[in-house]
Amino acid sequence: MREIPAEEITAAVARLAVEACCDLPKEMVAALEKAKAGEPSPVGRDILGQLLENAEIARREQAPICQDTGLAVVFADIGQDVHITGGDFEEAVNKGIHQGYVDGFLRKSSVEEPLFERRNTKDNTPAIIHTRIVPGDRIRLRLAPKGAGSENKSVLKMLVPADGIEGVRKVILDAIKTAGPNSCPPMVVGVGLGGNMELACLCAKRAAARDIGTRNPDARYAAFEDELLTLINKTGIGPQGLGGETTAVAVHVEWAPTHIASLPVAVNINCHAARHGEAVL
Amino acid sequence: MAEARRITAPFDDATARSLRAGEKVLITGTILAARDAAHKRMVECLDRGEKLPVDLHGQVVYYVGPTPAKPGKPIGSAGPTTAGRMDAYAPRLMDEGLKGMIGKGYRKPEVVESMKKNGVPYLAAVGGAGALIAERIKKYTVLAWPDLGPEALAEMVVEDFPAIVVIDSEGCDYYEAGQKPYRKL
Repeated sequence: MREIPAEEITAAVARLAVEACCDLPKEMVAALEKAKAGEPSPVGRDILGQLLENAEIARREQAPICQDTGLAVVFADIGQDVHITGGDFEEAVNKGIHQGYVDGFLRKSSVEEPLFERRNTKDNTPAIIHTRIVPGDRIRLRLAPKGAGSENKSVLKMLVPADGIEGVRKVILDAIKTAGPNSCPPMVVGVGLGGNMELACLCAKRAAARDIGTRNPDARYAAFEDELLTLINKTGIGPQGLGGETTAVAVHVEWAPTHIASLPVAVNINCHAARHGEAVL
Repeated sequence: MAEARRITAPFDDATARSLRAGEKVLITGTILAARDAAHKRMVECLDRGEKLPVDLHGQVVYYVGPTPAKPGKPIGSAGPTTAGRMDAYAPRLMDEGLKGMIGKGYRKPEVVESMKKNGVPYLAAVGGAGALIAERIKKYTVLAWPDLGPEALAEMVVEDFPAIVVIDSEGCDYYEAGQKPYRKL
């Protein structure tokens, strides 16, 4: 049994929150540069240039890439041989979110209750925490701040097996066309297939938070990712929806075993500020 | 791309009506900052027959909820938010004299109708370019409802604020015109 003090979790989360919001992952910067080189639309190239300049300013000034510093989504893989001391896990994570967002000058975008008062919690807590118990004696924390412009364009459709790959393609393309400029293209598109209602959504979220350049380990799904990216870039939506061939820079598919009667499809779109940070304790 | 046209805010009627869909602009002057919660309160104010905290005639509203300013800076990151969420309130404010809107994303047909009626253009700033846009904002002053935090009604002094006209006061839509040549599906 390895002991990890709760305060180490808090410190890691606070650091990841600021890093993720201010430092665009280098893979995303490279993807934007590549897109700019190949984009035929002059307006599109101009916008991609502004996004690269923005990322550069954000990194230099340690200023948030986007003012929507999101709800804090935390993926935590906790080794079963870890014993957390001096506090409980979720409280430690939320203390880290509080520190990161308050001390790091990030925006507080969380309201404590959705329907009646919608009172801002003033420190961006609570985080949305997805915990897995895994073998080993380490904790892997992946923090992915998620803005609402793209999140609001998420889609879940419970298809049936007869709808097949054609049905899946249509759900995804319809989601992208509906999202258009609202989700701040160029996008990173996360697709979750299979499972049930909530697992399909979680697969889509994990897919959207994957590193740019990673591919599904199953060759059939990797080929489907490539095909979807080509299709999405034929919609003409382009950077910021003002036209062009760079509507998405990546499509990531994650899947799970499902029911004999179901083919759930979830789409979770990430904007070009596809932010995340990771730490292993 | 064509050179950007330099314009000043607030807008007079002639400037507002002269902007054309697809035109790139740099705005200098004073604009308002408001998003969901401030819009709701403005419309509630009007419903009660009260005066708004600011006269809307000629004003340009930027849909934004900035991050907090670091010491020595006027504002934090300040890119546009999705304009469609303000669709429920926008026609009412245009009837009160609002002359321009800056955000990102599609607008509802009834908003476009009100824009045509009132001679109001809708412009887009680059979504997610919050750090870059912040450098063009020189001053940020909360005018009302500080309890709303990043959603408070505020005034901004801007210099060469970059935007593109996406729907003009005649209803021409550059999202449609810009996308069409590249649509292959």
